[in-house]
Amino acid sequence: MPDFEPRILAFACNWCSYAGADLAGISRMQYPPNLRIIRVMCSGRVDPVFILDALSKGVDGVLVLGCHPGDCHYISGNLMTERKMRWTKELIEKTGVDPRRLRLEWISASEGERFANTAKEFTDLIKKLGSIQKEEKEKIFSELKAAEKVADESRVRILMGKERELVEEGNVYGDKSTQEDFDRLMKDILDDEHVREKILQIAKEKPLSVKEISKRMNMPSQEIGKHVMWLRHKGKIALHGIKKRSPLYKTVEVPY
Amino acid sequence: MSEEKKVGAVLVVGGGIAGMQSSLDLAESGFKVYLLERSPCIGGVMAQLDKTFPTNDCAMCIMAPKLVATGRHPNIELITNTEIENLEGEPGNFKVTLAKHPRRVSAEKCTGCGVCAQECPVEAVNEFNEDLLPRSAVHINYPQAVPLTFIIDKTACIGCGICEKMCKANAIEYDQAEEEQDIYVGSIILALGFDEFNPEIKKEYGYGIYPNVVSSIEFERLLSATGPTGGMVLRPSDYDIPKKVAFIQCVGSRDQQCDKSYCSAVCCMYSIKEAIIAKEHTEGLDCHIFYMDIRTYGKEFEDYYNRAQDEYKIGFTRSRPASIREDPKTRNLIISYIENSEPKEEEFDMVILSVGIDAPKDAVRLSEKLGIELNEHNFAATKKFFPLSTSKEGIFVCGAFSSPKDIPDTVAQASAAASKASAMVSTERGTMITKREIIPEKDVRLEGPRIGVFICHCGINIGGVVRVPEVVEYARTLPNVAYAEHNLYTCSQDTQEKIKEKVKEQNLNRVIVASCTPRTHEPLFQATVSEAGLNPYLFEMANIRDQCSWVHMHEPDSATEKAKDLVRMAVAKARLLEPLKMATLGINRSALVIGGGISGMTAALGFAKQGYKAYLVEKTLELGGNLRHLRYSGTQEDPQKELASLIKLVEENENIEIFKSAEILSIEGYVGNFKSRILSENMEHEIEHGVVVVATGALEYEPTEYMYGKDGRIITQLELEQLLAEDKINPKNVIMIQCVGSRGEKVPYCSRICCTTAIKNALQIKEHEPDAKVYVLYRDIRTYGFREDFYDKALEEGITFLRFDVDSKPKVEVASGRLKVTVKEPLIDENIDFNPDFVVLSVAQVPDPNNEDLSKSLKVPLSKDGFFLEAHMKLRPVDFATEGVFLCGSAHSPKFIDESISQAEAVVSRACTILSKDYLEAEGVISIVNSDICSGCETCILVCPFDAIDKDDKGKAKVNELLCKGCGACVAACRAGAIQQRCFTDEQILSVIRSAFQEVST
Repeated sequence: MPDFEPRILAFACNWCSYAGADLAGISRMQYPPNLRIIRVMCSGRVDPVFILDALSKGVDGVLVLGCHPGDCHYISGNLMTERKMRWTKELIEKTGVDPRRLRLEWISASEGERFANTAKEFTDLIKKLGSIQKEEKEKIFSELKAAEKVADESRVRILMGKERELVEEGNVYGDKSTQEDFDRLMKDILDDEHVREKILQIAKEKPLSVKEISKRMNMPSQEIGKHVMWLRHKGKIALHGIKKRSPLYKTVEVPY
Repeated sequence: MSEEKKVGAVLVVGGGIAGMQSSLDLAESGFKVYLLERSPCIGGVMAQLDKTFPTNDCAMCIMAPKLVATGRHPNIELITNTEIENLEGEPGNFKVTLAKHPRRVSAEKCTGCGVCAQECPVEAVNEFNEDLLPRSAVHINYPQAVPLTFIIDKTACIGCGICEKMCKANAIEYDQAEEEQDIYVGSIILALGFDEFNPEIKKEYGYGIYPNVVSSIEFERLLSATGPTGGMVLRPSDYDIPKKVAFIQCVGSRDQQCDKSYCSAVCCMYSIKEAIIAKEHTEGLDCHIFYMDIRTYGKEFEDYYNRAQDEYKIGFTRSRPASIREDPKTRNLIISYIENSEPKEEEFDMVILSVGIDAPKDAVRLSEKLGIELNEHNFAATKKFFPLSTSKEGIFVCGAFSSPKDIPDTVAQASAAASKASAMVSTERGTMITKREIIPEKDVRLEGPRIGVFICHCGINIGGVVRVPEVVEYARTLPNVAYAEHNLYTCSQDTQEKIKEKVKEQNLNRVIVASCTPRTHEPLFQATVSEAGLNPYLFEMANIRDQCSWVHMHEPDSATEKAKDLVRMAVAKARLLEPLKMATLGINRSALVIGGGISGMTAALGFAKQGYKAYLVEKTLELGGNLRHLRYSGTQEDPQKELASLIKLVEENENIEIFKSAEILSIEGYVGNFKSRILSENMEHEIEHGVVVVATGALEYEPTEYMYGKDGRIITQLELEQLLAEDKINPKNVIMIQCVGSRGEKVPYCSRICCTTAIKNALQIKEHEPDAKVYVLYRDIRTYGFREDFYDKALEEGITFLRFDVDSKPKVEVASGRLKVTVKEPLIDENIDFNPDFVVLSVAQVPDPNNEDLSKSLKVPLSKDGFFLEAHMKLRPVDFATEGVFLCGSAHSPKFIDESISQAEAVVSRACTILSKDYLEAEGVISIVNSDICSGCETCILVCPFDAIDKDDKGKAKVNELLCKGCGACVAACRAGAIQQRCFTDEQILSVIRSAFQEVST
């Protein structure tokens, strides 16, 4: 295998991590050139969609860097980031991509060395994991595209946005959800939405029956059928004829 | 009864079809109604149904008008999501404590737009769609729900708060708490309905384990166009279209093992219906029904069953399957059953379990709170001659809660219970209702049109797609538009005030609201316009939500243009709107009841109790009808004693005038104002009355088969009853033959009562002579409902039931002085001979041949079987299409005593909605004739479905304003253009057409 030079993106918050990266520079600490830094004001700005989009465009690894807990310039943006990244990893895992390709680190403005070390370690790790494009590129990318759409679903975004409030502060009734309960709910929702996105993707090219879709997804047709009915109900998939005794469904391109 | 003052209000518990019917009748008869419903909305099980038997009418289409009428009736207070907590007080004056569960959405503020549900992030099990399609935590059960107020399901809600943020009407109220409310009512009606049997209990059928075994109510949702599959029959394992499906009857019915010994009375018909609809929806579908007895006992049911076999080729197998197993590879189901003593197996793609009717889950708790008795099956206990009364005075019952029954029987009982409940407090009629305020109307006829246009954003429902301000700007440019504005919610209370203000300020004389559908909101805006001093018909709506923004969500430009078009069309019509005056007419508050049997007497007495005069006309010398010949009721009650006491009540009542040996010479007039001539005991009487009740009963079929009349030992069931009661015979060996006449060529329908009657008399013989042998030769035993317990008892008592096929009916002969009956037993396929003492024939019930004349003089139709034909088979079982004319009892179709009583009471309730009014008011939208142009061709008379058009003395068409319902069929049929429909004149409609795609030409 020829030397693989991974492409790595790092999102760094303006106040801590970006300053930490600058300090590494001021201190002339050397680290591999694979990294491209994108400055954001707070790590809380990092949308799971960005990460999934980056991966699906051929970026091999993403670092999200923020202030240490308690240090956030915006009080709690980094804590939100932590929660969101957990679910982003969950989504990455669903695509078959190694979730280690996303890493969250806290790096303060005074931790230039920590920045350089993180960059080194992460580059090494990604080198070891190899290119994200190494095999079944198309498949991986379409998987990641599906995951990106899930991350963009309104119900997923609402819950990701509200997680800390629901678990730590209490909901509109003043009740707190346990982390376990919330995780269960969120996992279910991610599962459902992921399956639905996959169905839409699979049925995009040509009309398929529930049985054909479930065969491709290697899932019981009873479960797939329920999702297809739901998608039909929402106008995202439409009946497109009947083959033998199987109704065929096709993804609706232009929503009408 | 207590000395305390009675209350002119009634509590109706349960908002299904029964509760709605009771409420509407009571509210229309001058009583305040509290309609209590446990769930968030009314509609009950009927709202879940796709079609209804035997007419295959769409359930929602026929029910929706009742939903809307119940929801907006000024005398009905809907209390949903609420249960009874406590009952105190006396009949006539009960205090009921209610526990109102929080809805968490304000009923006053919620507009039902549904944005909250779209944004809600959680999905929950959807009870309405039987877990086949999820719903959100904030939801309504179905789109037509009444009240159209969303509810937060707290068990699913995670409290994220998004719905509150999205609701522009500020209707979300998370902090709503449990509330208690006390209400005072004179009487109570329990219309709790039923729950479905849970088929998981029948483990041998694998429900809940094999995905392709579904319950009949789940299948109903699969058939429904609004259901999870959009009306396509798909099997749950792989969502393929099944080729071959089986229905298994009596799942949770007629089954001692799961403690459900009774028959659920509706499953045979609904399964046949589901099979027919499934076949209509699915090409090449093979449907098969496994049954014990097919019980198609109701009006036109047998015909439906025959068509299922002959036209739809639905297979019927008489067998109760032992078990179902699944082929794990294909997920097909293999049914094991025994047919003709032979074990068989057959494979199906899908199996539907026809689940029975269970007592409502709430029954036990509620019976304890209210102090009413339940029967052994946990349904409300009633008596044969008092089918609507519970064990507690002042509390009545109707519908499936007293015994499993179908929709028409339920609706009839609902009206009947309303009659009983209101009779208790009839002195308080009109004391608690909302009186309409009369606001003087401004005369606008000489003014040019000045139109005000109010355009609704409906939160973001319209405003999120259509550029509303642009439409307002456009509206201002239209001719005669004097004012236009937009509102966040035009239907909100503050906007109503604003509309009234603007009408005055801007001197408007026509109002247009461009928002949602007139089907739900027109009455609200018409009321507002009225309050502003304008005639309510000077109002027009443009539907820019349901038919524009909601259906063009991704095309704001086109949607905005279309909204402008719709507003322009409304303006085109509004310019030509005229104030309409509704004709009114006084009412003669008395009833003519034709027929002095149990139905007629019950009806007459019912009217008298409501405070109205009744004229009871009986053609024979005596009151009592067929009941006079009945000696046994099968229960504790003695029919003759009950009859005697009823006759006494009727004869002694001052409000009832009886004509015996009477004949009706003529009936003229129309609702509220009939005039009849009666010949009674050679005297002619002329009476005036407001309504007519047909209670002429049915006759016994006189058999020509089975040697009837040729031997004194071959008798009918009625004759047997007489002989037994008078102790004239003591039979030791009896053969009863069922379906004599019925279900054949002469009488194609099932006569409903003969199976139960035969069993009743067979048990009577056994009581006389325990060693007697009684054989009942039958085709299907149709002891529906709790009558099944009777059948069980007969089997226990050793009465033998032998089935015969229709093509090999039993033979009756007399050989050397002895009776000989030969029957071919289909199971063993061999002839069996009997030598009984008596052969008893269970003969059909046939319509009175005089029905034809009566139907002509009343201008009401007969069914093809010769019985009277009601206005609607499902929802108007005792009304005729002609207003003010009603029917009850066996004149409708053969019936048991309790059913006749229910229908007779129902008639009283329905008629009271007319008799209790101060005056009758015609509809505004009706047809009017220009007699100068009318050529007298009578085409309009022919097409009018309500017999509302007659000829005047000059031979010109004349519309009876009180009978006209305003369909406009006569207008479209008139060759001379002599008829116009108010509010939909040719000029108005043509003007709308011309403005549809271009500017209004002034």
